[in-house]
Amino acid sequence: MKYVLFICTPVADEELGPEEIAEDSRFTAYADEVRERGLGRGGARLRPSTDATTVRVQGDEVLLSDGPFVDTKEYIAGIDIVEVADLDEAIALASRHPAARGGGSVEVRPVWE
Amino acid sequence: MNENPAANDVENAVAAAFREEWGQVVATLIRVTGDWDLAEECAQDAFAQALDRWRRDGVPRRPGAWLTTTAKNRALDVLRRQAVGAEKLREVAVLARHEGPYDPEFEDDGGVQDDRLRLIFTCCHPALPIEARVALTLRTLAGLTTPEIAHAFLVPEATMAQRLVRAKRKIRNAGIPYRVPPAHLLPERTTGVLGVLYLLFNEGYAATSGADLLRRNLCAEAIRLARVLARLMPDEPEVLGLLALLLLHDARRDTRVDEAGQLVTLEDQDRTAWDRPAVDEGAALLEAALRRGRPGPYQIQAAIAACHTTAATAEETDWADIAGLYGELARFVPSAVVRLNRAVAVGMAEGPAAGLALIAELEQEGDLADYHLLPATRADLLRRMGRTAEAAEAYGRALELVENDAERNFLEKRLAECRSA
Repeated sequence: MKYVLFICTPVADEELGPEEIAEDSRFTAYADEVRERGLGRGGARLRPSTDATTVRVQGDEVLLSDGPFVDTKEYIAGIDIVEVADLDEAIALASRHPAARGGGSVEVRPVWE
Repeated sequence: MNENPAANDVENAVAAAFREEWGQVVATLIRVTGDWDLAEECAQDAFAQALDRWRRDGVPRRPGAWLTTTAKNRALDVLRRQAVGAEKLREVAVLARHEGPYDPEFEDDGGVQDDRLRLIFTCCHPALPIEARVALTLRTLAGLTTPEIAHAFLVPEATMAQRLVRAKRKIRNAGIPYRVPPAHLLPERTTGVLGVLYLLFNEGYAATSGADLLRRNLCAEAIRLARVLARLMPDEPEVLGLLALLLLHDARRDTRVDEAGQLVTLEDQDRTAWDRPAVDEGAALLEAALRRGRPGPYQIQAAIAACHTTAATAEETDWADIAGLYGELARFVPSAVVRLNRAVAVGMAEGPAAGLALIAELEQEGDLADYHLLPATRADLLRRMGRTAEAAEAYGRALELVENDAERNFLEKRLAECRSA
């Protein structure tokens, strides 16, 4: 089954860019596992939530707001798409992600197929 | 009145088979078809057919095997009619055939046991919300109807129905595997399963006046499921510990509330009315569990319950032993409630003053500020020291916090005693 892992980081945390992540052993160990086991199906490191714009339409009016949601303590820092046998495997993988271990969280969401 | 005793016998046989075999039939059908709703539907159909066929042909020697085979055949029929993809159908047919036609001589329990264990672990998967785990366990393993479960948990029927639908949908859509978890996950997952069974039991055990029969049934179901688990996982001491704990608590069920619906404390309960076989079985299970040398919170709680239920009189209770066990328990479950219980035991073993000192610590920490048993315990210790005015004040505080009628009545009675002393 395919799952999207939403990698969530506390809002106040340091914001690591792709280059920093590529050199950080906590992340490389995880990335190596995903690559070696051939589980990866795509993904992206996202710009911080401060750069996000949310679009909502009410009637004919397009409403924009700054940031993803109001009052959130975490923001989505990136997404990983993986293909594994079942939820237990997806949970096992997510639990080894540095975000899950370091004060953030990982939401595991099955892909609608 | 009863013109057809044979028909009555068959009805009893079907009712007994329902209690014993429902979970196993559903579990096997889920494995074979991968479809939870179809599995339940076919199991129901098999039990309905049993009523007719057993009247005509007699009760089979292995009712469970008969029911499973009948349900499997029904599932194949339904899938054929739905014109399910040929591949899936073949798969199901192979699975059904692989297990062979119903033959009472060659029925092997191994596969059946695995199926039920699979079902327990899937219903109690930690990715499901706890209420859904409990509801799903009662529905699929114990065969309770949705209205029965809703009634037992005091929620509207529609709410319970939705909870069950959502849980089954999540199992399917999120890819929750139908299996006993691999060895490295087993300890933590087993703890979750035991937690669900303990919760079931406590839902039924909570003392309320005019105890509702259906809630009492929850105790019986929890014990029955714990027995299944103990049979399936005989090497897991905490599983035996939980079953022992449930039996030892349940042994006192008839003496906890008097005819007027008033709460009767352990001290005042009629020990001759305790269910002796349940006490003996619980004590023997606990001993078998402890021999394995891997203690855990359920074994320790069972040991505490055994100290109470095996004492011949309230005075002969070994409170020092109980205080020690609560100390042990606190290492596994570092909760304020456990420490409150330890304070009670210490108060009995070393005198009320020693208990009161521990209560003072808990009051200072403030974790139990809204828990009526904290002031109630303080009140009891003060009462036993003869400090009745202070005790009355503490009973008053406990009464502000208590929510259960039986407990409220008890506290009011004690308050009146203190005031008139």
